[in-house]
Amino acid sequence: MLLSEILASGPWGERHLLGLEHLSADQLTTVLDLAAYYDRITNGGTQRLNVLKGIVVANLFFENSTRTRTSFSLAARRLGADTVDFTASSSSLSKGETFIDTAQTIEAMGIDLVVCRHRTPGAPHLLARNLKAGVLNAGDGTHEHPTQGLLDIYTIRKQRGRIAGLTVALVGDIRHSRVARSNIHGLKALGARVIVCGPATLIPSDITRLGVEVAYNLDEILPEVDCVNLLRVQFERQRGAFFPSIAEYAHLFGMNGDRIRRARENLMVLAPGPINRGVELTPEVADGPNSLILNQVTNGLLIRMACLTLLAQERRNNQEAS
Amino acid sequence: MSSLLISGGRVIDPASNLDAVADVLIQAGRIAAVTIRGTHVETSNISGGTRTIDAAGLIVCPGFIDTHVSLREPGFEEDECTATGTAAALAGGFTTIAAQSDTHPAVDNRAAAEFIRLQADRARNCRVYPLGAVTKESKGEELAEIGQLVQGGAVGFSDAKRPVANSEVMRRALEYTRMFNRPILHFAMVPELSDGGVMHEGFEATRLGFRGIPAAAQDIMTGRDIALAELTGGRIHLMCVTTIDAVERIRKAKSRGIAVTADVTPHHLLLTDKVMASFETMYKCNPPLRSQDHVDALIAGLQDGTLSAISSDHQPLALEKKQVDLDTAPFGICGIETLLPVCIRALIEPGHLTWLQLIARLTTGPAAILDLQHGTLSVGQPADVTLINPEKAWTVRANEFRSRSRNTPFDGAEFTGKVVTTIVDGEIRFQHDR
Repeated sequence: MLLSEILASGPWGERHLLGLEHLSADQLTTVLDLAAYYDRITNGGTQRLNVLKGIVVANLFFENSTRTRTSFSLAARRLGADTVDFTASSSSLSKGETFIDTAQTIEAMGIDLVVCRHRTPGAPHLLARNLKAGVLNAGDGTHEHPTQGLLDIYTIRKQRGRIAGLTVALVGDIRHSRVARSNIHGLKALGARVIVCGPATLIPSDITRLGVEVAYNLDEILPEVDCVNLLRVQFERQRGAFFPSIAEYAHLFGMNGDRIRRARENLMVLAPGPINRGVELTPEVADGPNSLILNQVTNGLLIRMACLTLLAQERRNNQEAS
Repeated sequence: MSSLLISGGRVIDPASNLDAVADVLIQAGRIAAVTIRGTHVETSNISGGTRTIDAAGLIVCPGFIDTHVSLREPGFEEDECTATGTAAALAGGFTTIAAQSDTHPAVDNRAAAEFIRLQADRARNCRVYPLGAVTKESKGEELAEIGQLVQGGAVGFSDAKRPVANSEVMRRALEYTRMFNRPILHFAMVPELSDGGVMHEGFEATRLGFRGIPAAAQDIMTGRDIALAELTGGRIHLMCVTTIDAVERIRKAKSRGIAVTADVTPHHLLLTDKVMASFETMYKCNPPLRSQDHVDALIAGLQDGTLSAISSDHQPLALEKKQVDLDTAPFGICGIETLLPVCIRALIEPGHLTWLQLIARLTTGPAAILDLQHGTLSVGQPADVTLINPEKAWTVRANEFRSRSRNTPFDGAEFTGKVVTTIVDGEIRFQHDR
């Protein structure tokens, strides 16, 4: 299948990728299929293409990130786009320049897509409202992290060939996790059963309204699940202590060899990283046969290539139309 | 002596329970007569030089009173100053406001209170009564010089949006203000529960990933304040009530004779936390916009008088402060110029309140809280009168505000009902096309 056929076959029609909440199953599938296509023709993302030649992608990171920024940069360059990195420290605000000023300044330099990470929910949405460029949310506070959600889903789908009917447990700090929210929206839309599991202080009580089940005992749910996604404990976003000790957390919710042995044989273990070894999971699990952690990193590149392509295509279409 | 006849309007005066077509005669800056149409008119009262306003089709009522307005001067003149804030008040139909103590430095001493009055005199717009700080620098630690603040004109005491979290300090403040029979206007919120929050804690906050401000933060502090008011016999006024439980606690306390009063803002009556999905900073206010069940309880509280006043809780903020992300943006809505249309939309159009009830919550209600003589059309009172065209369809244009600030979520919104004339001391201080 040619790229043009892929692009023509699935629905997309979004100028921005701000979250997974409002995407349909068909739109999600479009992204996943395009990532799978790139997987095949670039040998796991290692070969260069020219799909985004002439497109300029700006990485606008208001919050520290090495992994995601690198992944986006690499994805853009693998497709032949030019990239510029803009790492804003919090000092730019103290200089009096507002967040939107900063983005508009970058846009005035002539860019097509902005990849934005910010510590506040909705910051990319504000950019989308104020810029002509396409905006890709690379994590907005504790709201959404759509490409992470997509790459997690892609990793599961690649392993099992489907999402519908699978049971996925998101374990850990649900309250402060943008990864959890994006996973919930995407997995639910594609027909998975989702259980959130963690300390009660880290699970907002009304999360069930997103269509998930809540569990406080990991050992009870473990035999039922096909995949555990071990969310990182967000020490930096927590205000005060949400659980008595790291040891108690690891004891109740950490994934270790014992738990792996009691789970389904082919349990998929995901972790968005960077992982706290010994907290969310032991090295035995992280480096063991059930772990898909490094697959996630590779798949992240493919998903970001797919998302950049779809947004660039949309921008080209809109520019032709106008 | 100049005189003014407001002729043939629908006169609504809650103090005398009047709602009828009548003429209001103003002489020498005071109400000289209110004559219901169809009754005998003592023409002898009306001298030849009387100017007449044809008020047919308009509502004529006492000028509105706001129990807490942030004027931002001194210290935050980029947001507002006394002249612009009071001009905005007039445009909103307000003839009397109490100025919050949240200036920099705070109004925690007599000179600061007198400065507020001096600036208000210079501006010569609406009446301004200072609120004094409860504690020095509003830090919640030591009592401010409350007695001297009273001498400087303070009609009540408030640390504005900073809760007096220490119960012992609040207890002393309630005991001490009893000497002067002045209320404490408190922002009842448990700081440990609200700090760092951006919006109402609930499903919407969960979905959007924002740190929540739970209703319990206001419920708990409201309960504490009522208990301390009962213990001390002091007067507590709870500003910006937003929760089901707070309304219920106040209702019970009032029925038991405890000296507690409360107000609510227009935006908490019209908007819910659902609007936060827009990520628009103009909606960020404190307390946060709540869910519909809370809004319903507030309306019920207004209907039975548990909430006896509506306050704009005017919080002007320079635009650049709001043009940031939601975590960084300060709380507050520039609300005094849009109070009436928002109240009409939230309360009159759905039939929750009658006009007489709404005007009462804007006049006699707040007047009683602050022990002011204003807010009536009684003969002999200073003539503070507001004229409303209840049928006027119009669009809010923030850039036409009298306020120096434009931080409103209602910019571009279409409303019906507008203040067209505001009269203070018998003098027309604000006039707009009918």
